[in-house]
Amino acid sequence: MASFSGANALEPAQSVRTVLAAEAPTNPWFSWDYVRDNSEQLQTALQEHVVLTVETMVIALLIAFPIAILAHRYTRLAVPALSTTGVLYTIPSLALFAVIAPFTGLRARTVLIGLVMYALLVLVRNILAGLDSVPDDVKEAAQGMGYGRARMLWRVELPVALPTIMAGVRVATVSTVALVTVGVIVGYGGLGLLIIQGFQTFYRAEIVTASVLTVALGLTLDLSLAGLTRLLTPWSRSRS
Amino acid sequence: MNVFGDAIVWLNDPLNWQGRDGVPFLTYEHLYISGLAVLLGALVALPTALTLGHVGRGGGFTVSVTNVTRAIPILALLTVFAATAVGFGNRATIIALSVFAVPPLLTNAYVGIREVDRDVVEAARGMGMSETSILFRVELPLAVPLIAAGLRTCAVQVVATATLAALVGGGGLGKIINSGFGQQDPGQYVAGGILVALLALLTEGALALLQRQVTPGRDRARSRRSVREASDADADAAVSVS
Repeated sequence: MASFSGANALEPAQSVRTVLAAEAPTNPWFSWDYVRDNSEQLQTALQEHVVLTVETMVIALLIAFPIAILAHRYTRLAVPALSTTGVLYTIPSLALFAVIAPFTGLRARTVLIGLVMYALLVLVRNILAGLDSVPDDVKEAAQGMGYGRARMLWRVELPVALPTIMAGVRVATVSTVALVTVGVIVGYGGLGLLIIQGFQTFYRAEIVTASVLTVALGLTLDLSLAGLTRLLTPWSRSRS
Repeated sequence: MNVFGDAIVWLNDPLNWQGRDGVPFLTYEHLYISGLAVLLGALVALPTALTLGHVGRGGGFTVSVTNVTRAIPILALLTVFAATAVGFGNRATIIALSVFAVPPLLTNAYVGIREVDRDVVEAARGMGMSETSILFRVELPLAVPLIAAGLRTCAVQVVATATLAALVGGGGLGKIINSGFGQQDPGQYVAGGILVALLALLTEGALALLQRQVTPGRDRARSRRSVREASDADADAAVSVS
């Protein structure tokens, strides 16, 4: 593959391999040389991965909040909202990318649309569950204090629902990070591109480095969001 | 729509329904890979969940298994297995998929056993039942609805994920999509996408029926709710994405 700039790092090893083909498999699972020589490509892929994840989550949240708030207020909408997002969720990502690609093109937005659809289910479900879990006493007290609907939502219901909402945001973020890799089929898979490229050239270090980076990215974002939840809900700290 | 027209043309071409690259064989291969993966996953998950659930330990363990596997992209796991001695092809796919089959089964079976009314278990113990018969004759039958819910989630997820096998040289319906993209033939990859989506939705429907069959009427609402609760409690047991 022409774009495979890690080839230099492999050259000595490969000449050894041609001599000792049978005895010495020189396809390491990890190699600092690979990381050093391809740091630029790794950075670009990581950056694309982060950008896709963040964009997905922002758009998904902007769509999920109105749906969940409407479903919370008009209970009849809850079942259709959850089952529609549920059906979208059942459709495999690769199939979804395949069906929408002719219309949206082989571009980042194809991946984005797919990822947003998957994040919606978890977000809508958790926001709705959070809002539904606000105790009636609390709402009655707020009403008694003269809170209107909008202020009640903003100052009472959303803060009480925040831990459940954030749990959903964490789950959706981690899943999105993992799912971005599938976007490689339309050319925008972040680190997924390196995984597939490593598979095509059968270069283990590339596969493992990209995979480990993906997992590390997911866990880092998860921990940051957990920290953010603690900061946003100081009241729950003293209780537990 | 022009592309959908192309997809219908592709689906109507008898050549696409024959041989080892035909729709019937690929569907069979897809279901075969998925079935074996679910079976392997169940062989690991169920004994573990039953044991942990019966002794009442390991709640944290099941949650962290679920969380960690969610962070691992299935594509990475498929590729890594293909790069080991396991090699390319369906064997690597089955092993990788079975890893992802474990969490939903594990969590649901664990929660199912834990949710059995403690009074019932105490009554059984008081009647002199041994621990093994308590597990198999009291707890397990009462946990069946939740285990079925876990099986449904797990199987739908595995069928959906098996599509990705094609990206790393495996079989199944994903091959149609992958080679469609390779040949830049929108008709073919849209047709493949439709077939895969249909298969996933049919699996979901069939297993939803099965789940209803094994769930006593009065428990139907309850078991659905408990899975939801389990999932909302940060574990999000029931779902992870393909």
